[in-house]
Amino acid sequence: MVDTKPLLPASNSDGSYLTGSRVNSLKPIKVYLTIFCGLLAVGLFAALLIGNYWSENARIHGSLASSTSKRTHPLRPVSRGPAQGVSEKTSGIWAGVSRGPAQGVSEKTNRFRAGVPWNILPEPWNSTMLEWQRTAFHFQPEKNWMNGPLFYNGWYHFFYQYNPNGAVWGDIVWGHAVSKDLINWFHLPLAMVADQWYDKNGVWTGSATILPDGKIVMLYTGSTTEAVQVQNLAFPANHSDPFLIDWVKYHGNPVLVPPPGIYKKDFRDPTTAWLTSEGKWRITIGSKRDKTGISLVYDTKDFINYEMLEGELRAVSGTGMWECVDFFPVSKTEEKGLDTSINGPEVKHVVKVSLDDDRHDYYALGTYHEKNGSWIPDLPEIDVGIGIRYDYGIFYASKTFYDQNKNRRVLWGWIGEGDSEAADMEKGWASLQSIPRTVLFDNKTGTNLLQWPVEEIESLRLNGTEFEKVEVKAGSVVPLDVGPGSQLDIIAEFEIDKEALKKATGSNITFSCQTGGGAAKSGALGPFGILVLADESLSEQTPVYFYIAKDSDGDLKTFFCTDLSRSSKAPDVDKQIFGSYVPVLKDENLSLRVLVDHSIVESFAQGGRTVITSRIYPTEAINGASRVFLFNNATETRVTASVKIWQMDSAFIRPYSDDDDKDDDDRKSSAPCLL
Amino acid sequence: MKNLIVIIFAFLVCQANAFRPILLLGNQNLIERTCKQTPFYDLCIWSLKSNPESRDASVKKLAQIMVDSLKTKATETLDLIDELLQDGLALDPEMQKALTSCAERYNVIIRGDVPEINEALKTGDYKFAVKGANDAAIEANSCEIEFPTKSPLTDMNKVVHDVSVVAASIVKIIQTKFSF
Repeated sequence: MVDTKPLLPASNSDGSYLTGSRVNSLKPIKVYLTIFCGLLAVGLFAALLIGNYWSENARIHGSLASSTSKRTHPLRPVSRGPAQGVSEKTSGIWAGVSRGPAQGVSEKTNRFRAGVPWNILPEPWNSTMLEWQRTAFHFQPEKNWMNGPLFYNGWYHFFYQYNPNGAVWGDIVWGHAVSKDLINWFHLPLAMVADQWYDKNGVWTGSATILPDGKIVMLYTGSTTEAVQVQNLAFPANHSDPFLIDWVKYHGNPVLVPPPGIYKKDFRDPTTAWLTSEGKWRITIGSKRDKTGISLVYDTKDFINYEMLEGELRAVSGTGMWECVDFFPVSKTEEKGLDTSINGPEVKHVVKVSLDDDRHDYYALGTYHEKNGSWIPDLPEIDVGIGIRYDYGIFYASKTFYDQNKNRRVLWGWIGEGDSEAADMEKGWASLQSIPRTVLFDNKTGTNLLQWPVEEIESLRLNGTEFEKVEVKAGSVVPLDVGPGSQLDIIAEFEIDKEALKKATGSNITFSCQTGGGAAKSGALGPFGILVLADESLSEQTPVYFYIAKDSDGDLKTFFCTDLSRSSKAPDVDKQIFGSYVPVLKDENLSLRVLVDHSIVESFAQGGRTVITSRIYPTEAINGASRVFLFNNATETRVTASVKIWQMDSAFIRPYSDDDDKDDDDRKSSAPCLL
Repeated sequence: MKNLIVIIFAFLVCQANAFRPILLLGNQNLIERTCKQTPFYDLCIWSLKSNPESRDASVKKLAQIMVDSLKTKATETLDLIDELLQDGLALDPEMQKALTSCAERYNVIIRGDVPEINEALKTGDYKFAVKGANDAAIEANSCEIEFPTKSPLTDMNKVVHDVSVVAASIVKIIQTKFSF
């Protein structure tokens, strides 16, 4: 396409060639036309060259494409059957079924197969191992996906995010269950489904507020047909139905849409409302601006019309999207919970956020300023989102509610799975709720909240065994004979050799559970603790332990960890080491409590100052083979442990039938988050 | 002189269209910047650039392209597994067991993970997109280690694994940096 015209170079000059004599007037036009075409040609050629170069670059990596689209064939000569034309859609279905004409099962129904056992399980799983994983006394739906509880009232109500179609997240609607004691549950029909344009893409998290006259209003986030996040109002169809089976969505929904400056997908999870001194209701909704997590504040008189306050409840840069914001008061002096509307000098306010970026729940203590709807943390260096976590393991989308019947604030969290989704789909369910925990201000440290399993869990305790002052020498393991170890409540206290604490060699290496090498790595003053879900030969074990680190100045710092690295021989499960620093006061012994319930282990240190929830999927340490041990892997100290272990009964968690009693207790509470 | 200016002006106007691919080099930078933040740069670049929809794409669209690529690769792999399984009696039992197990894992990728990622991307709850993509990588890896000796699926398992990891990385970019 190169078209070199002799006139081209001449055109770059000042046009002097035009001074040449002309015979007729057409000649100049011809000349201009020729120049024009010439330039066009050059330009197009140049564009072609550059364009070629660009696509050439892309093709350099074309070798990758060709190698992967080539099919590898086995070396043996094979006879091709008639099934050459197995279509894409049906090809997977007959995995595990011997060859035959492909079934015409559509893609959609196959996803709904969660719960239908496939013929061959992926290695190393077999059905005994998978069946063992289901918990005995933690809330979980009969099948499929669940996350977050939302709950309210009298009969403790549980509204939770549920996928009716499969054991992975998606198609979210509201499941519903009720309980008298937070431990035994009845499943009820779905409370709300995605049947309106404003929640078509998901009936997401909400919170309930109980009005002074006892009526309930529910605010929840809906993902619209355009996937915009909006807030909607709903209320029970029949307030005198103790089971609150039917719900009505307000005809004027949505009541709140993303305000200017807030992206349409960063506006969700409205909180329970609290009263202002002006008699208005106030709520907060998490969001973000760029990478700064924020919580917007709205006032309302009727839950239908809202005024947005200027500024935010709090903003913390670098934390990203704030989900499931929770805001509540705690008493500085009394060991009881407070109604969400309480304020005063004897009170501190907690802000809690679930960070979408790292899937952890953080809280911070501070002071609420009602006038402008803002909150200031006591210690900005551990502001919400960058400081203390409720739980250092798997625990998300949690929220509290005020239980007026027992004057306590109760926390609930969603515990996801740590295994592969293939296993989830095979076993037909995924996710559970933590055991509900009471939340109290830790006035001994002044910086932490204390979480402790609700006392009702103790009703499941069967026979208990006590071990007093067992000496565990450095580098040893002591079996605790309590029978099968899948459903246990363990309380243990550890005494360290005081001399050893003083004499131990300090180190200038900063310790953390995550980098400390797990329970197998010895230190002078740790690790020591218990092994749960361990088999006789310890080929699988889950250590829950303390590690006392001494720095080069001689200061002691205690850590509480759970080590999943050897919890299972299976290669496709989560095997992290979880944990954190736990404050230990001068005269305190080290104490822990562990609830073992099949594939979930909840561990509490120092009365609940630091908590770790983990998911464990052993292949051998299941059923009768599961044991408990004490261990001490420290090199410079022996440890004396006093332990009490109870076998735990199973709770009943089942669909409600007409034979069950219908009580109408007058308990009131407000509602925590649901994601 | 004036005529020359007219010619040159006309020339520039006509050339604008021809030079359009170069003007779009701006988006090439976005693809490169995005892929640099993934652990498999080459694979990322190739997967995105070979799809014409990446030309004017936002990061979110790039993530979607990656997920579509994951679905395609996973489906190809599953087709291959089915083909190998049809050799039936010619296969030794261990190979058959491993292939069947792999088929189940790839079923999960195509019918579980990919829809989960797509719904999460659509509705903006990105952590479930990351979860789905990470799980796809685990499933592909788990398939590969099922084979006691030589795996007939090594190349394809690696591609599916790496594409999943890249998809997860791109979603994390959306999640932590952008508002879209």
